[in-house]
Amino acid sequence: MTAQTQFFGGFQNAPVQAAHAFRAAMTVMAQPGEIRDLRGARPPKPLSIAAGTLLLTLCDPETKVHLAGAFNTDGVREWLTFHTGAPISQAAVADFAVGTWAELSPLGSFRIGTAEYPDRSATLIVECDALQQAGAILSGPGIKDTARLSLPDAPALQANADLYPLGCDFFFTCGDRVAALPRSSQISVGA
Amino acid sequence: MYVAVKGGETAIENAHAWLAEERRGATDIDELSIVQIREQLGLAVNRVMAEGSLYDPDLAALAIKQSRGDLIEAIFLIRAYRTTLPRFGYSNPVKTDEMACDRRISATFKDAPGGQVLGPTFDYTHRLLDFKLAAEGEVPAAPTAQPRTEATPHITEFLKGEDIIQDEPASDTTPGDLTREPMELPSNRPLRLQSLTRGDEGFVLGMAYSTQRGYARNHAFVGELRIGKVAVEMDIPELGFAIDIGEIELTECETVNQFKGSKTEPPQFTRGYGLVFGQSERKSIAMALVDRALRWEELGEDNLGAPAQDEEFVLSHADNIQATGFLEHIKLPHYVDFQSELELVRKLRREAEERITPKEAAE
Amino acid sequence: MTDQTYNSKATRQDWMGLLARAPESALMPLWDKYEVRPNFEWLRSPEVGGVMVRGRTGGTGARFNIGEMTVTRCSLVLQDGTVGHGYVQGRSKSKAQAAALIDALMQTSAAGAVHDQVIAPLEGQIQSARTDRASKAAATKVEFFTMVRGEDT
Repeated sequence: MTAQTQFFGGFQNAPVQAAHAFRAAMTVMAQPGEIRDLRGARPPKPLSIAAGTLLLTLCDPETKVHLAGAFNTDGVREWLTFHTGAPISQAAVADFAVGTWAELSPLGSFRIGTAEYPDRSATLIVECDALQQAGAILSGPGIKDTARLSLPDAPALQANADLYPLGCDFFFTCGDRVAALPRSSQISVGA
Repeated sequence: MYVAVKGGETAIENAHAWLAEERRGATDIDELSIVQIREQLGLAVNRVMAEGSLYDPDLAALAIKQSRGDLIEAIFLIRAYRTTLPRFGYSNPVKTDEMACDRRISATFKDAPGGQVLGPTFDYTHRLLDFKLAAEGEVPAAPTAQPRTEATPHITEFLKGEDIIQDEPASDTTPGDLTREPMELPSNRPLRLQSLTRGDEGFVLGMAYSTQRGYARNHAFVGELRIGKVAVEMDIPELGFAIDIGEIELTECETVNQFKGSKTEPPQFTRGYGLVFGQSERKSIAMALVDRALRWEELGEDNLGAPAQDEEFVLSHADNIQATGFLEHIKLPHYVDFQSELELVRKLRREAEERITPKEAAE
Repeated sequence: MTDQTYNSKATRQDWMGLLARAPESALMPLWDKYEVRPNFEWLRSPEVGGVMVRGRTGGTGARFNIGEMTVTRCSLVLQDGTVGHGYVQGRSKSKAQAAALIDALMQTSAAGAVHDQVIAPLEGQIQSARTDRASKAAATKVEFFTMVRGEDT
């Protein structure tokens, strides 16, 4: 039976669940610092519910996905292939990547887009042990005054923001919760 | 500059209602069904599938009904629907040498193995209107003969043995996809073929005809034309093997072109290739001629400056949905643009008149 | 073991291909007659999508994209854990569901019955339609006669 676990854990009602998940993903990306619940998928370990739901919502056969470190297992690869058809790729060509911060670092291996097509960049899904509205201070588009978010590495993420309009975008997932950080957000380290 | 103007909602709604009524026509005449269109206007359905880039006869028939028989409008509807479909993947290349041929002819080899099979062709009809069709009637069953069970080999295979025709070595490079990335020029043969197979039949025909009339003449013979069904096979990751996901009708044309040789190539026959959804004979022959004309650079031929050799010209104008979109948009309101043009012309006219008038006054 | 796996794979390929190609109007009456409907759970409920069909330049050369075709797919699991996949041409979700159920049943002890009542007659129908067209094509094959003109002496 283990051979067939790849088939389980997809959306039960894909149009509705994917729409809810997309709404949550869009909201957190548009309002950096916001944290939302994100459920629907029951992905194989070590993927969190939120990361799995994001992958089902955002990936298809046209999006290359990089599975970093411990996430690159047969189980994850087969599950992702069955439910999304997304090809598994190297970091350098990936549209999406998933892993812990340590596994995804350094950021230099991911695409940051080109002057003509800044959108040809990678979106990183960072699995976190904790996710709180605390820590680094964010400002910029989508944020009234300032917001706070627990970031894994504020200096590295600010270095990414300095590349704007190029650079990567980030989702942070923890259990069934998600937050995001687009390249347009400025980061300062909180007191 | 664009300025938004509101209004006309009721007029638009009423226009749509009238359109629906006109589409239906006189209600004392039976309404046309989708299956009638699919079964009885099959070649129109084929054209909509080929240029709409979506093989689904029922959908194409629906589009023809909805568009009142305006095939470009129907193609537009299919293209719009196509964009809503999630892409499951890409098929393995279809094996046209395993085609179940309804028709298979060669203009170059009379005694080609597999024979000259005419199929349901218009070719030897007299092109006289058949008034019997105006009255309904039973059609007698077509005669049958002992069916061929083995596959029919490609004609070019025979020339290959003699090493006198250019080879088409297999390559598994992933081709670009016009429906995914915008075309960048210079392009390549796979992209050109995709553009031609979905290109407007009239445009491709005109381009092909221009090569026959001497604008980059390429001396084409129809080496082979075949129409029939092929299975479409795709690798299914969750199964770990490939399965047939369906069967489609295709028309394939391979031209054999006389070639005197160039700086890089010895004298030999070269090839043009056409492959189109459905029974689309004219289109696939035209496609093969234009394909051949566009290969001048790769074969080391001279650029004669002919339109059919100009990749940018052919590929940029082959798509009838792009063309009709741009063409027809000029009938939509351009009130503000025109107002400024009007002001400009009036000003120029005033200035011109002022230059003339003082002179006259002095005389 | 290896041989057996290969063999069953080959036949699964065959029945899945047959179910994909078969017109809905041919499959559904046979499937309706089969009556037994096992309980199942969706793994992936039926969805309509497109597959880009590819050809090769000159029939043998480089790959290129011709256009898409509509395909409907779904996957389900029977109560005993057997997984069935349906990939069928066109946009019929009921046909895709029938194909997935048949695919699953063909891996169970019901295989013999499903084969005899659905797969075999379906194959017969499709083969006979194919032969029918091939026979008409054969009747349009040109028989050449050589006519000699003038004197050769």
